[in-house]
Amino acid sequence: MTRDFLSPTGVEIVFVLVGIVVLGAALLTVSTKQLVHSALWLVVTLGGLAVEYLLLTAEFIAWVQVLIYVGSVVVLLLFGLMLTRAPIGRSPDADSGNRWVALGVAGAAAVTLVWVVVDAFRTQYIPLDEAQGTTAVMGEALFRYWVLPFEALSVLLLAALVGAIVLSRRKSEAEAGDEGTKS
Amino acid sequence: MHLAYPAVLAVLLFCVGLYGVLARRNLILVLMSVELMLAAVNLNLVAFDVWLRDTLHAGQSLALFVIAIAAAEIGIGLAIVLLVYRTRGSSAVDRLRDTAESPPGSASDEDRPAGEEKTAVRGGAAA
Repeated sequence: MTRDFLSPTGVEIVFVLVGIVVLGAALLTVSTKQLVHSALWLVVTLGGLAVEYLLLTAEFIAWVQVLIYVGSVVVLLLFGLMLTRAPIGRSPDADSGNRWVALGVAGAAAVTLVWVVVDAFRTQYIPLDEAQGTTAVMGEALFRYWVLPFEALSVLLLAALVGAIVLSRRKSEAEAGDEGTKS
Repeated sequence: MHLAYPAVLAVLLFCVGLYGVLARRNLILVLMSVELMLAAVNLNLVAFDVWLRDTLHAGQSLALFVIAIAAAEIGIGLAIVLLVYRTRGSSAVDRLRDTAESPPGSASDEDRPAGEEKTAVRGGAAA
């Protein structure tokens, strides 16, 4: 069963259009000079990826992506930008000195990987006639086959939370005074 | 849907994130680029899971785990960035050069105070 790239289905057209938006927003995320705008373009990128998950019929992942990435991770990043007193306007030194090296490495990696991936998978086709990632399906998979990793993940999240609190805790009076005399 | 579309999109997104990690100066922007790379990996996982029609849905479950671990990573990472900012007054990655080796034969100005301190400490220990 061969399908032609030149006669795309509606889902494919929407996927490619949203993909262009996602890529453009990602490029702006890594290239804009205004640090806060970078976080806002990240919202567009991750929201567009949620739409791509919906088009791939993985709706549970899509909503988790919206809730966790767009909802909490970007807010955390914005908090971080504000707490480190990131400049609001344009900052001319947003890129470090090895910008052209980075461009070369990323370009070479992109060319190589696109070539490999297209060469390997250009004949494969995803049948989308049956939804693969509804909440019912995912709940069954998670709580029937992946219960132990799921519980371990909750412990890991707790550990990360405790670690973040320990790291960002203010020092006590004695320790702070000691450090003050040292420096 | 052709599998090539999501695969190529994931590759390009990953390379954009790679560029960001290498080129950005602010630590928080580096963390954002890492998020882009993780999102690209997630897209690959979901696409291949739907393609293979996996009965265990390993790909989508792993994508969920990656999302949760990314949230934990960003929490820890921001705590570290704030700690660095509080002690150093800067969050630019190329100014945190305390453990950098200076090229041999060139004694830079930054090395001299550390060397003097070391000799002072050694003299104090000898006395």
